[in-house]
Amino acid sequence: MFLQQFFNALTLGSLYGLIAIGYTMVYGILRLINFAHGDMLMLGAYFVFFGSAIFRLPWGAAVAAAIVAVSFLGVLVDRVAYRPLRAAPRISALISAIAVSFFIESLAVVLFTGLPRPVYQPDWLITPFEVGSSRLIPLTLAVPAVSLALVLALLWVVYRTKPGLAMRGISRDIETTRLLGVRVDRIIAMTFGIGTALAAASGIMWALRYPQIQPYMGVFPGMKAFIAAVFGGIGSIPGAMLGGLCLGFIEIMVIAFFPLLSGYRDAFAFILLVAVLLVRPAGLFGQVQEDKI
Amino acid sequence: MSGKTLNALLTAGAVVLAGMLLAWANAGLDNYSIRILNLIAINAILAVSLNLIYGFGGMFSLGHAGFMAIGAYTSALLVLGPEQKEMMWMLEDIVWPLSVIQIPFWASLLAGGLAAALFSLVIALPVLRLGGDYLGIATLGFAEIIRVLITNSASVTNGSLGIKGIPPHATLYVNYACLGLALYCVVRLLSSNFGNVIKAVRDDEVAARAMGIDTFRYRVLAFCLGAFFAGIGGALQGNLITTIDPKMFNFLLTFNILMIVVAGGLGSITGSVIGSVIITFMLEWLRFADSPFEALGVTIPGVPGMRMVVFALALLALILYRREGIMGMHEFRWEWLFSRRRKKP
Repeated sequence: MFLQQFFNALTLGSLYGLIAIGYTMVYGILRLINFAHGDMLMLGAYFVFFGSAIFRLPWGAAVAAAIVAVSFLGVLVDRVAYRPLRAAPRISALISAIAVSFFIESLAVVLFTGLPRPVYQPDWLITPFEVGSSRLIPLTLAVPAVSLALVLALLWVVYRTKPGLAMRGISRDIETTRLLGVRVDRIIAMTFGIGTALAAASGIMWALRYPQIQPYMGVFPGMKAFIAAVFGGIGSIPGAMLGGLCLGFIEIMVIAFFPLLSGYRDAFAFILLVAVLLVRPAGLFGQVQEDKI
Repeated sequence: MSGKTLNALLTAGAVVLAGMLLAWANAGLDNYSIRILNLIAINAILAVSLNLIYGFGGMFSLGHAGFMAIGAYTSALLVLGPEQKEMMWMLEDIVWPLSVIQIPFWASLLAGGLAAALFSLVIALPVLRLGGDYLGIATLGFAEIIRVLITNSASVTNGSLGIKGIPPHATLYVNYACLGLALYCVVRLLSSNFGNVIKAVRDDEVAARAMGIDTFRYRVLAFCLGAFFAGIGGALQGNLITTIDPKMFNFLLTFNILMIVVAGGLGSITGSVIGSVIITFMLEWLRFADSPFEALGVTIPGVPGMRMVVFALALLALILYRREGIMGMHEFRWEWLFSRRRKKP
């Protein structure tokens, strides 16, 4: 029983973590909460659904196509809605992000209808097997494994390649990095592309784990993942992953031990957020920034 | 006659004129039009309250739906009769003090505002230490927590079933009287020293603190005042549409009000009022997008939900091409109309 809960928490946590990475990368560079990030998760799940249902793609190809398409949309959102506002007050960009999020959600309601749809799960992912007294499905092992692989790949990109160096430079000081000859807008577009690709991947896995998709499915995971990113220290990729895992464990374990609280599940994350911001505003791995006057 | 007395006379005249227009509207217009007029008044109250927090106080709060929910529920619980409440609470029996209390409408309205203000004080103390967008997420979180709480405490709020059959006290006169009072309070407040201080805190908190201002206290005060009016707005809305349930007070509600404030101009009370007129009309007018219509000889089938797509695009266009909104940070002045030359001090 405990093992089962442990892997449930690990799965949920690594999904939160993957989404949180997208938030943390964008926030680290632009100081912008990309409200549309959660909706990219929804789009990823829907694109796989339509890829298999309409274009008759094999499941693997549908997944790959969906990730590419969503990451392209992420870049497009940045180009249309955020780039013109780079010089504007940050709150303007935030309102723009909220508008984009609403636009995507309402468009999804119009195009995909608001009815929840069932999701195809490949058999080999959900055939249960027994470990001791617990029944596990391969999916709950696969999701953390895939997430770990994606994070390692991302860390390699950010810390071992030139575009990664440019990303880190921009998050420190955007103007100086521009002066050093980096094409800032291109790097930012790349950041959006990578972040949204991760969101799409986690959306697809989310749909496999909780096999029903609807246009608002990304809203709560998105908000909670942002909280996870704040918890881990905004701007830090390992921090985002760790924050996601912590949040996943809190949600699953509190309900496992206190089933009475299950109605309040969605409130845990926000209580955690306020607690973190009060005690350690920079999060677990964040650097405290002093205000210069 | 000095400029000040003339302005006061003009304002008084405008109020009388507005009252006459209301009497005419109340007698001559159909129910649907009156409903839109009511919505405009309530939206204006809500927009002014959000503008007080965000436009003047500089605090990016996304918790308006939460304050409205508290106001609406408090007012509804207090204004309904004991027998009615006993019949409606089916999941669990209603808790004791609420099961016997019934107070007049105006008192319940005030109670709704006070409850929202009290709650906002509780959350302001931890949350207002945060800056900028963190504050937005935290207040958004609180609004969601309120929804979760309301859904889960069936013995007080009747849970997800909501409250039905609230007496329709919020008539045209009541709504516009409340709007008038709210406008009067906020305008007087902002032209007092409090207004100057809160704007100074918004523009440069460090400088304001260096001047010896207890910035935190002023921010809390502005936040609670905004929440008070939001609570009243929520209570009016509950009494206008006569049913409330937790699903009603979702983020979409906050989004609509944010849209009004941004469209009207952050930091302009006049803008918020104009914005609520335009946006409320637009939201009703856009209903055509949800039903079939003909354009250029082709019948376009109506798509439910199209309204929100257009609405979101409109906000996006607004923020990209006219960030300062309709009024910017300007206010309406009589001098504009009559172009009297202003004396230089």
